[in-house]
Amino acid sequence: MRLTRRTLLAASAAALAAPALAQTQGKVVVIGGGFGGASAARFLHRMGLDVTLIEPNAQYISCPFSNAVIAGLRDLSQQTFTYAALERQGIRLVRQMASKIDNSVRRVTLADGVMISYDRLVLAPGIDLNFEALPGYDEAASNLMPHAWKAGAQTMLLRQQLEAMNDGGTVIISAPANPFRCPPGPYERASLIAWYLKNNKPKSKLLILDSKDAFSKQSLFTAAWKEIYGDRVEWIGLSGGGKVIEVKAKDKIFVTEFGEHKADVGNVIPPQRAGKIAISAGIADQTGWCPIDPVTFEAKLAPHIHVIGDACVGGGMPKSAFSANAQAKACAYAIGTLLRGENPAEPKLINTCYSLVKPDYAISVAGVYAPAKGLLADVQGAGGVSAANASASVRAAEAQYADGWYKTITQEVFG
Amino acid sequence: MKERKTFRFATTTGGALTALLFCLCGSSLAAPQDVSQSPPGASACLGCHSAGETELPSLKALSALDIETAMDAFRSGGRDATLMNRIAKGFTPEESRAIAQWLATQGHAK
Ligand SMILES: Cc1cc2nc3c(=O)[nH]c(=O)nc-3n(C[C@H](O)[C@H](O)[C@H](O)COP(=O)(O)OP(=O)(O)OC[C@H]3O[C@@H](n4cnc5c(N)ncnc54)[C@H](O)[C@@H]3O)c2cc1C
Repeated sequence: MRLTRRTLLAASAAALAAPALAQTQGKVVVIGGGFGGASAARFLHRMGLDVTLIEPNAQYISCPFSNAVIAGLRDLSQQTFTYAALERQGIRLVRQMASKIDNSVRRVTLADGVMISYDRLVLAPGIDLNFEALPGYDEAASNLMPHAWKAGAQTMLLRQQLEAMNDGGTVIISAPANPFRCPPGPYERASLIAWYLKNNKPKSKLLILDSKDAFSKQSLFTAAWKEIYGDRVEWIGLSGGGKVIEVKAKDKIFVTEFGEHKADVGNVIPPQRAGKIAISAGIADQTGWCPIDPVTFEAKLAPHIHVIGDACVGGGMPKSAFSANAQAKACAYAIGTLLRGENPAEPKLINTCYSLVKPDYAISVAGVYAPAKGLLADVQGAGGVSAANASASVRAAEAQYADGWYKTITQEVFG
Repeated sequence: MKERKTFRFATTTGGALTALLFCLCGSSLAAPQDVSQSPPGASACLGCHSAGETELPSLKALSALDIETAMDAFRSGGRDATLMNRIAKGFTPEESRAIAQWLATQGHAK
């Protein structure tokens, strides 16, 4: 494009349309600076709104690609981001935990007692691991049998345990029932750990104990495991006795209704629920997740509070970073429209999740979503998984696209 | 009141020009885009297609018409894809056109 007088004029004409947007006024508070909350803060601020982002951590350590860190293929620093770009943009950052929401007076109380008022609140606290749901598995147990379902120290602990394991050992991963963060995540993890074992500890095995009979991209994963990892990977589903009902962390034992499995390295992915603040503020229902209006993302149990990301009931949308980011933008649009006193149009959303089966081999699942019957529902005829008979070059291309997606999204959210 | 409005206008124009110069230099567009007038589905595209260089196809060299034509071909199966065929089927031709036009006015496409 050449910079001519005409393009310049076109640019100012586009800018002239902007003052209408600049009139959008209101004070928006965002709780949680993950893929959902940090995205929402940026896009709301870009629309001219007064935005405060509440997040206790100075750094964000991202889960996507953390399975590659566990397998020794990547460094944790590649997962680590700061909020410097958001602050440069002019977003007010408050390094605190939000401890209370008083929606009747539209006010958030921070851990240090400071109160912040809002016209609209965006709640994006992600998940809490439910340490009450699986007997024997609490926070202390997670230091012996890591979950690694929040990235950081737990990711490194699982990696170190794998590195310390003798060849010939057994790695066991237990996967929870739906819904949970990142439905294909346990199986991507199994794949990459199998890759590590194949190359470093070839006499070792990996067992997945599952509380479900079906999982995301199942036929693709199963075929790839057989092809690449032979009988090194074994999966036991619910009806085969895979549901873990108790763990004995000291001995690394998984107890099922059918018996006990002893691991050398045990990775427990426990049941989950919306971040604590959503539960204590009464925005989640008895399922532990927050029902929302699919057009505005406004909580069904609390007007003026919009819930996005893993904490919300996403309908057909999986709990993914891609979904959280897409929801944040649709929610920002809806809040801007509502604050102008207008009605937001029905959104359409997209999700795409890539899973690595080995470093140059990825498979994907995609979906398109629109409001239907009070939920974000799959648009029929769209979406689905990678082709079953795709060539090695297509699998390699998808691995490249996975890299591209990660660069793009982390740039959009934190860059 | 009036003065305040003029001031805002001036900063917005400046912003738009900076964005324009940014793309002329070939660097990535500074995130984020203004989504306040985005048609349904449009903002989700940016989760993969940045204006910068990544392993994923950039839309920067495409016109609104190019994007619309590609979406139609992905939808009908006339063009092969690893993923976009699965996504395009979720959008009508009219929705795809609105998205393509928004991406172009945002400086995300040509
Ligand atoms: C192993 C693994 C692999 C994954 N791979 C992918 C992938 O390839 N692609 C993909 O799309 N997704 C992937 N995901 C899923 C993705 O990580 C989540 O879906 C995503 O992080 C959800 O974003 P969120 O903003 O809802 O929550 P989070 O990213 O968890 O952010 C929540 C934030 O809120 C803050 N917070 C919580 N409570 C409070 C409070 N009271 N006050 C203030 N702040 C608070 C937390 O500190 C945190 O920073 C993966 C997940 C795992 C575990």
